[in-house]
Formats: sequence, C-alpha cells, structure tokens
Amino acid sequence: MSPLANSAEAPLQVWCQIAGKTAVLDRSGALYMPDDQVLIVSDMHLEKGTSWAKRGIFLPPYDTRQTLATLATVMTQYQPKILVFLGDSFHDAGGPARLDNEAQDVLLRVCTSQETFWITGNHDPEKSDLLAGNGCTELGLGAVRLVHIPSGAVGGSVGGTGEISGHLHPAASVVGRGRAVKRRCFVTDGKRMILPAFGSYTGGLNIRDAAFEGLFDRKSTIVHIIGDQQIYSLPLSMLGR
Amino acid sequence: MAEISPNDLLPENFQRWFAARGWVPRAHQLELLSKAEAGKSALLIAPTGAGKTLAGFLPSLVRLSQRAKRRIGERPRGIHTIYISPLKALAVDVERNLEKPVAEMGLQVNIETRTGDTPMHKRQRQKLVPPDILLTTPEQLALLLASRDAADFFGDLEFVILDELHSLVTSKRGHLLSLGLARLNTLRPALRVVGLSATVADPLDLCRWLVPQKGEISHAELVSVSEGAAPVISILKTVERIPWAGHSARHAMGEIYDEIERHATTLLFVNTRSQAELLFQELWRNNDKSLPIALHHGSLDASQRRKVEQAMADERLRAVVATSTLDMGIDWGNVDLVIHVGAPKGASRLAQRIGRSNHRLDEPSKAMLVPANCFEVLECQAAIDANYVHAQDTLPVGAGALDVLAQHILGMACAEPFDADDLYREIVTALPYALVDRETFDKMIDFVATGGYSLRVYERYARIRKNPDGKWRVSNPLIAKQYRLNVGTIIEAPVLNVRLVRQGRGIKSAGGPVLGKVEESFLEMLSPGDTFFFAGGVLRFEGIRENECFVSKTYDEDAKIPAYAGGKFPLSTYLAASVRKMLANSDEWRKLPDQVREWLEIQRDKSVLPTANNLLVETFPRDDRYFLAVYPFEGRLAHQTLGMLLTRRLERAGARPLGFVATDYSICVWGLRDMGRMAHTGELSLAALFDEDMLGDDLDAWLAESWMMKRSFRNCALISGLIEKRHPGREKSGRQVTVSADLIYDVLRTHEPDHILLRAAYADAAGGLLDIHRLGDMLKRNKDRITHMPLDRPSPLSIPIMLEIGRERIKGEAEEDILREAAGMFVGKD
Repeated sequence: MSPLANSAEAPLQVWCQIAGKTAVLDRSGALYMPDDQVLIVSDMHLEKGTSWAKRGIFLPPYDTRQTLATLATVMTQYQPKILVFLGDSFHDAGGPARLDNEAQDVLLRVCTSQETFWITGNHDPEKSDLLAGNGCTELGLGAVRLVHIPSGAVGGSVGGTGEISGHLHPAASVVGRGRAVKRRCFVTDGKRMILPAFGSYTGGLNIRDAAFEGLFDRKSTIVHIIGDQQIYSLPLSMLGR
Repeated sequence: MAEISPNDLLPENFQRWFAARGWVPRAHQLELLSKAEAGKSALLIAPTGAGKTLAGFLPSLVRLSQRAKRRIGERPRGIHTIYISPLKALAVDVERNLEKPVAEMGLQVNIETRTGDTPMHKRQRQKLVPPDILLTTPEQLALLLASRDAADFFGDLEFVILDELHSLVTSKRGHLLSLGLARLNTLRPALRVVGLSATVADPLDLCRWLVPQKGEISHAELVSVSEGAAPVISILKTVERIPWAGHSARHAMGEIYDEIERHATTLLFVNTRSQAELLFQELWRNNDKSLPIALHHGSLDASQRRKVEQAMADERLRAVVATSTLDMGIDWGNVDLVIHVGAPKGASRLAQRIGRSNHRLDEPSKAMLVPANCFEVLECQAAIDANYVHAQDTLPVGAGALDVLAQHILGMACAEPFDADDLYREIVTALPYALVDRETFDKMIDFVATGGYSLRVYERYARIRKNPDGKWRVSNPLIAKQYRLNVGTIIEAPVLNVRLVRQGRGIKSAGGPVLGKVEESFLEMLSPGDTFFFAGGVLRFEGIRENECFVSKTYDEDAKIPAYAGGKFPLSTYLAASVRKMLANSDEWRKLPDQVREWLEIQRDKSVLPTANNLLVETFPRDDRYFLAVYPFEGRLAHQTLGMLLTRRLERAGARPLGFVATDYSICVWGLRDMGRMAHTGELSLAALFDEDMLGDDLDAWLAESWMMKRSFRNCALISGLIEKRHPGREKSGRQVTVSADLIYDVLRTHEPDHILLRAAYADAAGGLLDIHRLGDMLKRNKDRITHMPLDRPSPLSIPIMLEIGRERIKGEAEEDILREAAGMFVGKD
C-alpha cells in the first residue's frame, strides 16, 4: 500500500498546504511533507511516566513503549528520507538515560534508518549524546521554518512566512448532543501549522486558550481534530470553549 | 427486658441534672449505658429527636466524672473519647450541645473539635495536652493514626462514638474509617465503640461493622428505639394534568405554594441540584406574598449555606428548598411540613427526610409527596405503603475498596514500621476487608512500595522499604508529608468557582462575590452569552479565567441551558418491586388518581401490564423508526448498562439500532429495522437477546472503553496515591493532576491489563455506576419469562420514555459521532 493511500470513507490522513508546501496530516499526530519526504513529530515527552518517580509518584512506565511503537508504525508507513523531532522529545534532561534496553533499540533503529534531526525544546534544551542524529535549534525547509515554540508565542522568536511548530499541545473541544468532546488536533491558517503532542502521556491545551491568541489568522484557521477513526476538519468558529 | 433503674447506673450529679430539667432518663439511654458499663460495644438505632447524641455520650461522661483527679506532676492524660461524624458542621454543633450539660453538671471535662479548619497551633497543642473528648471527622482520625505518636496519643482511649453511621458505612469514607477502627482496636483492645444510626435494613450488619471480626462472627449489642408516632404522608392531589415525563413538577407550583403558606416552616426536598434551582425559581415566580423562601444545595458557597442554616435556626424562614445536603445534620425543631418534590427513590431515604420535621416524638411528622410524572405517582404510592410498614431499603455494607486499603497501608507505615503479617491480621478484622486474601494484600503492599508493575523500574525510588528486621517503613519524610496532604477518600469532580461580575465586561472585569462551584464538565458546554440557573437566579456565562468561571446577572426568566449535573439516586430495589406489584394488581389502582388509573387501564386494553414475574418487551413503529421498549423497573444505572449492551447485541443481530434512552422504569431502543418482525420471523431471538451471558464478554468489551471505567479509575488513582491530589509545595486543584488519568488508564490497560488498580476500578464501576449485580439478578429472574407484545403504535406505558428521547444526555458513548456530526455540518455549509 502506498504511504499516502487514503480510504474515501474514513480518511486517516488529511492533505493541506503550508506556505505553498503540501503537507499530509496523519491520525497519529505526525506530519509528512511528500515533496521533501520529511516526517515531523512533535512533543513526544518520552519517559514522562518515570519522571515523577523520585517524588514517589509511580505512573505506569509504559508510555515510552507505546509512543515509540506508534512512531515505528508511522516510519514504516511513510519511509521518509528525513525524520525531524520538533522538540520536547524527552520530558526531562534525565529521560534518555532512563530508557530501558528495548526502547533504546527501537529508538536507535528509527533514528539511523535515515537522516534524523532533534530540534531542541524547552524540556530538552540540549540533545543528549545518548541519541543518534543531529541536534539543532531550528531547521529551514524552503519557505517553511521548523521550530519548537511558535514565533510570537511566549518564549518564541520572530518568524517569517511559513512555520511548523509544536510546544502548545493543541486540543479542540466539540460540543454536540449536550456534551463536549475534547481531542488533540492540528491547527493551521495556511501559513503556520502547530502540531499536536505525539506522546501517550501528553494532554492537550484548548486552542481557545489565551496562549494561542494572535498566532493565527482567525478567519482562515482550520482545526484538524484527531478522532478514534479519522481526522475531522472544522473551522475555529465551530468549536466549544 | 427488665426495667433498669436510673439510680443503679447514673451518678448522683447526673440524676440531679435530669431531675432539675424535669426529665427522666430514657430507657435507651440507660440501656446503652449499662452495656457500656459491662464493657460492650453497642449500636443505637433511633429516629431524630430521641436524644441520640446524649445517649451516645452518656457512658463516656459517666466514666469521666468518676475518674480520679490528675495528681500534680502526673503526665497529661490522652484522649478518653473520640467522636467521629461525617460532617464538620455536626462536630461543631455537638460540641455546643455537649458543653451545656457538662457545665451544668459541673463536670471537669474538656471538649474540643479537630477538623480541616482547626488552626495549626491548636492542633499542635492538642497533641501535647489532649482534650478528654475529641470531636472530629474520619479523615482527621486517619491523620492522627498515621502520626508517629499515635500509640501514645490514643494510649488512654476508652470510647469511640460514631455518629450518622448509616451514611458512612457504604462509602469509601466508611472503608477508611473501618480500617482506622481496626488500628484503634489493636492499640486499645478493651475499646468500647458506640454507633449511632438512623434505621437501616440490616442492623446486624452495622453491629458487626462496629467490632473486630476474628474468625467467628462477632457483633456489637443492638439498642433500638421504636419509631415515634407514624408520620402522616400524603400525595399532593392536584387538579392539574400530571405530565407524562419530566422532573420539574411545574404543574403543581401553585398548590405547593399554598401548602407553604398554610404551614409555619416547610422543608422542600428534591433529588438533584438542578431540580432545586428550578423549584426555587418557580416558587419565587409564584411568591406574591414575598414569603422568605431560601435555597440550600452542595454547589452553593459554604458561607451562603451557613447563612441559610442560621436563618432556619432563628425561625426566620418559611421554606427551604434543599437536596441531600440537608438529609442529616443539625436538628430544627420548628419544621412542621416536609414536601418531597419528585419521587423519593428509596423508602429509607424518604423516612429519613420526613424525620427532619417535627422532632417531638409523640407527635406525628407531616409530609407530602409531589410526583412530577405519571410513573412517579406509582413510585410515591409505593413509598408511602413502604413507610407504613416501616420497610427499609438502605444498601448493604459491601466489600472494602482496594484503593482505600493502599492509602491506609501507606498511613500505617508513616505511623511506625509495620510487620506485614501483623497488619494483614489487623485489616481483616474490619468487616469490609474481612475477605481480603493474603495475595491481594501483598499486591497492595507492592503497589504502595513501587507501583506494583511487572516492569520493575521503580525499585530504587520505593516509597516504603523493608528494614533488616523485616518491617516496612517509609523511605523518607517527604513521603509522609505527601500522605498527609492527600489523605481522605472524597474526590470532588473538577469544579470552578462561580464569580459574579458586571455584564459585558467579560473576563477582564474585576471580580465580585463567589456564588458557589460548578462542575467543569458542565461549563465546557457553554459559550459566552449562554444562560443557566444557579444560586437561585439566571446567570449569564461570561468566560473562564484560571480556576474561576465569570458570570453576570441577567433578567431573563428562563435559562438557555436548563440543567447541570448533580447527584441522582437510582430507584431502590424494594420500591421497584413494589411498583411492579402495584401494576400487576388492579385492585391497588384504587389508591391512584383518576388520570393515572385510566392510563393503566388503557395500557391493559392496548397491550399488557408488566407483572411481578415477567419482563414486558413491546415493539412498535413510529415515523420511520422502529422501537423496542422494555420495562424492568431496576433503576436508571442498571438500565443504562442494559441499554448499552442491548444496542451492541442488536447491532450484531443486524437490527441497525440508532440509540437508546433509559429511565428509572424502562428502556427504549430504536433502530432502522423492525425488531418486532425480526423476532416474529425468528431472525432475532428475544430470549438470546436478554440472556445473562451479555454480562460476560460484551460487558467487558464495552466497559473497557466507557467513561464510567475512566471515571472510576481516576478516583482509584487519586485515593490510592497513584496520582496526587496535592503535592507538597505545589498545591494542585482538582483540575490539574500530574498526567490526565484517562491517558494513564489507556496506557495501563494496553500494557498491564491485570494491574491491581484496574481491578479496583472495575469493582467500583460494576458496583456503583453500572449496577451490574442488579442487572444480573433481573436477567436471571426473567430468564424464559419474556412477554413480547408486537404493537402497531406506541403503548400508553411507553409514552413517558418516548418523550425522553432527545432530551436525555447520554454521556460518554458516541463521542466519535459528535465529531462526525460537527464535521458533517461544516462540509454541508460549504
């Protein structure tokens, strides 16, 4: 099956344009750019589960395993030439050292099958030597800049035309039948794209939150919501608070 | 029983005190005293107004009055008596009521309260110089027992008094208390425990609960006071049309108002907070004479509730609209009428609520029931009949929750290093934990130590570890601090403060007063500008800032968003059976209002009536849909579970079901294919559809994904300490836990489905939110007893539930449908 195959009834992927470049949004939360064969994954927060152990909080230590399994599946499907981690790949600086043997193996295999870039984030300001691949603070892809914190957001820099970022863990709330359903989502206005968090322990921040204010052109903003079976695309105006 | 002479038991100063007020000690007070003097624990079951509190304290006061004076230089004595109540307010009230007789008898007895509100310096002083009698709550007892000096602090303890025991035992608070009591019994083997309770279905259960269970069945002595004069209960005879469905009882507002006017003080009970808000609104709309009518429910700000209670005590109010927040607590003598709007759902609950009026035992209490719809008329009649024969339908004590056990184990390690064998022997003496096996207990210790995962990654961070002598201790003081911050089993749904601001200024406006708290899940549905009923008015939603929801006053009469979540009790098994019996026996219909009787008569002509020992299933078409209506009368929770499972099975059978709706009485499923015809041709077997085996794989498959499991898991995770409610130095509110419990649930279920905490969450969900046992009993009872009535139009009995379609909120399921519908609307607009 082609990596970009799409069933008409339940699209696991959604196609869109970011500053003139084609992007494919995957239901896993990853973004694929077919022209450059780049796969981008943001905010994995690996080893978040074990990060509270010192304080006596023992979350189920299976989040890394699950996140990496999803990553491996997406990699097999798209087989990109370049893999980009868009920051906050680990929950804390001690994370890479806490990976168990199995996780280390999976990660090594994923990172060495093609060129890999670790863009640094606020949770992982330096790339650990334990990880294969290149560390950097941002990457350019033609007119599109890849960076962890959206430009113009708190802690972000000044940006240009096109940008793909993460950091904010966008989630959308849809109201219907007397209740609200909240799910992770991609947000884009055609120039800027913010990716959902890829990690299995990373929750979401409602895109109606003040943190998103001013980042998007409201009228052209589309939210691509990740459902259990497919991705649902909605304009900002149709979302609950 | 031989008459007990007060002179044999009561010291002279007590006798004089009784005589001076013209009182004679009551028989049950003396009986309880004599049991205690004989070294026995006892349960006192008595209605409100029977002098229960004094009876409970009398044995301890007598003992204290006879105690030798402390010699100079002797160490301060420890606590003599500990009193535990579920409500802080009740502890404070008891302190006031107790101080009077103590002062009048000239007893040298110190009485103090200790609650979450007690300032730190006072708590520290209480540790150094303990009062003779300490009045406190279950959570504070757990904290005291988990402190390093617990053995000393309780070294002189002789009495434990447990108030409102019936309301505690069936909850996780009661489980925690039972474990605390087991520890107290270890520290003080001669301890005497006095339980005070309202009437319950199985008093012996409570008697066992009070004393250590050590192999053979042992129980406390029972002292019960017969109910006073039987209450006079009536059903409001309305001249209006009783609606088919709904819970507002709007039709009867004028008549309710007339009753309030005719009585000095009326207490109006409803079942949910939104009903309380609605009733309050409607009464004020009718309030031409501006009678002082107030509102009291759990979401309102505490200070506002205290104001209402004070006004009530001062006899300044003519009526209070209340929810279960007033089911127990402070006594008001001046209430002369209790009105219950909506059906009471349980016979015991009704009895307790009626007991809130007229606390003089010799005069009958007066109560009136106002059914809000036709089925509720039947239910109210059944409740009156039950009250007449003193039937009780309180829940049994049941098995203790494992998450509570985890919390207790950590607490015990905080107190002092424990030996696992000893602690196991201790916890199984608590009735709720009597059947916990050793393997489960060891798993709980492992869970407390390192999370209990098969992937052993947390060994070096263990919260408790084994000493060389084999005893378990806490690893570091931070763990104990963490325990103290998170103690207790009360998990509040994430809530936001509701703050009043000026309209139009939005969330930028400066804050006004806080009106109360509202569940976050309700607010998620609101957009700025939406209106809803709260705190007795219609409020306009302005927005949310941090932990606060901003609202402004509006002068709208009706709210756009009618209801918000609040407790809902399911119909009790007892009342359900009574309603079934009443339906089956047309002789009993004479008691019913004409319009309800006619409704049943038409049902008898057009279909059949459900009887006591069959399950009626009706099928009929309406518009372009086909319906299947079932009448099990097993309560909303069991019905919701049944509805979910039926829908799955009908889907598999090819009936293409579209949805279902459940009430306390019936379930209705609708779909695209004619289920009546499918049953007729044999394509669908109703016997197979309702087979008990639906509680096997179908249940497991559905439950794993359901919001109920997620909610149960969240509670278990918080109580067991898997995630924290609060962390030292970084106090967290209910909204922000370390990682969303839902995400943890999904990961844990995928990777370690047999984890002990998932087991705990399943047990909770099966018992509480799903009522699986009750559903199982119903399916078993009706095996091969299904009466199928294929009809060509809806039957009279189905009309109430047909009207619920569309107005019912079904939480959790069909989340994907909500997303799909929204996305579909977007495409459609383009």
